[in-house]
Amino acid sequence: MATTPIIRVEGLGKQYKLGSGVQYGRLSEAITDAVTKPFRRGRRGGEEDPAARDDGTLWSLRDIDFEVEESEVLGIVGRNGAGKTTLLKLLSRITEPTEGRAELQGSVGSLLEVGTGFHPELTGRENVYLNGAILGMGKAEITSKFDEIVEFAEVERFMGTPVKRYSSGMYVRLAFAVSAFLEPEILIVDEVLAVGDIAFQKKCLGKMEDVARGGRTVLFVSHNMGAVAELCTRAILLEKGRKISDGGVPQVLDEYTRMMSSRRATDVEFEARAGTLVDILGIRLAKADGEPSTAVDICDGVRISVEYEVRTRLHGLQLTVTLARNMVDVTHSFDTDRLDSVPPVDPGRYIAHYTVPPMFLKAGIYTVRVGIGTAEELLHDLQGAASFEIDDLSESTHFKGYRRDRPGHVISPGTWEKEKVQ
Amino acid sequence: MLPTTTTQDEIEDATVRARPEHSDGRPPTAEARVRSATIVIEPTSRWSLGLRELWAYKSLLYFIAWRDVKIRYTQTVFGVAWAVIQPVMLMIVFSVVLGSGLGVSSDGFPYPVFVLAGLVPWTLFARSLDASSQSLVASAPMVEKIYFPRLILPVAAAGSILLEFGISFLVLLAMMVWYGIVPTWAVVFLPLMTVLATLAALAFGIWLSALYVRYRDLRHAIPFMIQFWLFATPVAYSQSAIPDSVKPLFALNPMTGAVEGFRWALLGADTAPGLALAASVVVTLLVLISGLYYFQRTSRTFADVI
Repeated sequence: MATTPIIRVEGLGKQYKLGSGVQYGRLSEAITDAVTKPFRRGRRGGEEDPAARDDGTLWSLRDIDFEVEESEVLGIVGRNGAGKTTLLKLLSRITEPTEGRAELQGSVGSLLEVGTGFHPELTGRENVYLNGAILGMGKAEITSKFDEIVEFAEVERFMGTPVKRYSSGMYVRLAFAVSAFLEPEILIVDEVLAVGDIAFQKKCLGKMEDVARGGRTVLFVSHNMGAVAELCTRAILLEKGRKISDGGVPQVLDEYTRMMSSRRATDVEFEARAGTLVDILGIRLAKADGEPSTAVDICDGVRISVEYEVRTRLHGLQLTVTLARNMVDVTHSFDTDRLDSVPPVDPGRYIAHYTVPPMFLKAGIYTVRVGIGTAEELLHDLQGAASFEIDDLSESTHFKGYRRDRPGHVISPGTWEKEKVQ
Repeated sequence: MLPTTTTQDEIEDATVRARPEHSDGRPPTAEARVRSATIVIEPTSRWSLGLRELWAYKSLLYFIAWRDVKIRYTQTVFGVAWAVIQPVMLMIVFSVVLGSGLGVSSDGFPYPVFVLAGLVPWTLFARSLDASSQSLVASAPMVEKIYFPRLILPVAAAGSILLEFGISFLVLLAMMVWYGIVPTWAVVFLPLMTVLATLAALAFGIWLSALYVRYRDLRHAIPFMIQFWLFATPVAYSQSAIPDSVKPLFALNPMTGAVEGFRWALLGADTAPGLALAASVVVTLLVLISGLYYFQRTSRTFADVI
């Protein structure tokens, strides 16, 4: 069947003026992120940002083209200031584009930060109605969903209390609950999942999944790459206001990770810090046989060597290596995990080797975080200290369990047996 | 869970439009559902005052006005009584200083009633103007984060003052009973005069709210302007006290006609404020239409500037 895309964006662009004229009000945080860096650099006469022009304007978004089919769940990823928020603001009609056009076939509901319409002086009940109306619901519709909303938010007892007396958790739960029960054809979601405790975040993710399965079209911006990977059927990557990648979620997220991980070397050294008890001096990446490499085949193991210096006798010293793929932690391991007790460590230089077995990590780009410390204190923490890639080149295609777009973070070590019982 | 009926109180057809239920949980196909109107997003070029959209969102308009009223009186001891305290105190001051002290003419009515009959529509105007001109900036987070017709904010803010007006009007009626003043047939024009005062406030309020987004100077200018405006309007004195040479100038002030008209309709003075009233209506409409146009032109970039 020939369907028109539910969203069609053609050459969409948004230009902002920088500092000139009467812009007393603060621009949204999305713009300031994009604006301040190139602006400062430009003044020092350093590196030029092509997006920032001499005439004091900046294209926060430019030449954006894409189409979204009905019931697609599109993830929008990119660094801070890449134009994600601007794109969502344009599509939700909060601000208007400078050029280009977008056509949306259907009603749009947007969740750009939950609880925006809440007023602290109003009670929970009143805020549910007010916020529902702001988000486009009629009074009768809110009434029909009221109980569900309250139950979802788990604040039944406080509906008559002004929300200024709520804890921040309660506030956010109620705010999200109202938004979650919106039923537009196109739902625009930004950063909602960055709120609340873990249990509630899971609940929100579950609700989002229901929304997506219900056949609604969702545009989803989040820094939670795990959520993007789980919920989205497609993703686009923005960088400096341009679309630089569009396609399946695993490929786009890989590209994003590649962009984010500037350090790709087999040997990474760190400068020694003065006056500290412990210092990590360097990290070496190698294949299982010790050959230095940052690209390891899926059938080979990865050896991560961490060199560190201990300057005083320390009790309970532990080294930890965390591997993350698509911004989600995959493994987290301590050098003392297999020990019954942690012996004290004398001053000196040490090298610890951590080996990841073959056939364990899925293909993709991994970042390495290394930390060292005692039970009381983390003494040295290096996030994104190094990165390596697992290739699935040698893998024969029938080992489907290795596929990177499968849910699940690692290749399952479990085995299957099958027998006929009747 | 999907709504299968259309509610009475819908804000926008598209939002609550019924969607077919799919028992098998599959997404509805394009054929199975009627899509609502296409939303086109592009740089503004069309000429619109945004009134149709305002009407489509009337339910939100009501909620925001109700919110404004509710918030204004939470955690106050006197609550809505403040609506009465302000004009009554002014009435007392004016009566003592101007009425008995300086002997200002009150067209033959007891001065307190005369001045209160001016202060009640004036207060409606002044409070509505103040509330609507600050409405956008006061709701900046909403403007930045959520789409809705921005015009709702100044209109709802002005509308929220009508409750106060109703209460202070009751006090005025009580004063009339006390002084034994019976309204004439002209009282049928009273609602029109009230509408005129509100529209005048809205006309300037829409202009100022849009300008305030950009120019925060107005925070300081607006209270001063309103104060000055009170003395430039025949509230504490009668129009008959204005020298003929400056009368045309006064006629440009839309509140001259509105206040005089209100007093004429309620108290039944001998002469109807003909020309002044006509001038008020014309000026109000001009300011209102130009304000709506300016507002519409700038509203889609409020989020970038606010």
